[in-house]
Amino acid sequence: MITLGHYLVVSGILFTIGFAGVMLRRNIIIILMALELMLNAANLSLVAFSRFHVDSSGAPNYNAQVFVFFIITVAAAEVAVGLAIVVALFRLRQTTHVEDITALKF
Amino acid sequence: MSSFLFWIFALLMLIFGAAVIINRNPIASALSLVVSFLGLAALFVSLDAYFIGVIQVLVYAGAIMVLFLFIIMLLDLRAEKLRKINWIASAGGIAVALVFMIQIFSVVGRFPAAKQPFPPLARSTSDDVHRIGLLLFNNFNLPFQIIGIVILVATVAVIVLSRRETR
Repeated sequence: MITLGHYLVVSGILFTIGFAGVMLRRNIIIILMALELMLNAANLSLVAFSRFHVDSSGAPNYNAQVFVFFIITVAAAEVAVGLAIVVALFRLRQTTHVEDITALKF
Repeated sequence: MSSFLFWIFALLMLIFGAAVIINRNPIASALSLVVSFLGLAALFVSLDAYFIGVIQVLVYAGAIMVLFLFIIMLLDLRAEKLRKINWIASAGGIAVALVFMIQIFSVVGRFPAAKQPFPPLARSTSDDVHRIGLLLFNNFNLPFQIIGIVILVATVAVIVLSRRETR
């Protein structure tokens, strides 16, 4: 029997994979992909809670799904801007390695 | 929802999610991310969220991943050469991630609702596009318009960032 906890644990593991990717990888594009994994982990738990809270008419709570819709939209905008910054940076420095880009390092 | 299908798609998603951060070749990472998102879309469908599952495939596995692959091929990124690994930083990153995962497990373990099965639905949710659309344009009209502005600002920002300096 699959319970709400199963989905929450899978979502937590997915978030941890994304978090480890941001901490461990040194390629900006892979870091952006790991950020996408974390956003999707949040989406999974939101949809699981939406299915769990069935209202009096027997339908899932659609507010959470509208929220997921907004998250996906913002994620698309974020990726577009992030990749444009990566391209501009690559044009300037010929690298996507974060340890080569230390102009703002204190 | 069938528990067999849940385990298949959850394992598929997690294994390919891990492959994203393990692969050294950025193209292999991007393609693993596509498979991971497809598994996630299947999980959304198993939660009776058909609309979210469909836009997950269209927007993430379609548009966003094509953008990633396009940029990787445009920049001609090859597999990273093995650099000197900073072992202290790597161990710190793994330790923080593990502590985080243990924390999530303990919170879910203490959450009483997490042990309950999903309540049955009164009817099919195959019309959820209709329901979400009504909600979006009635209750969430202002956020919907703000999100339009966000997309517009992002578009302008991308054009400004990718324009060459002309003087």
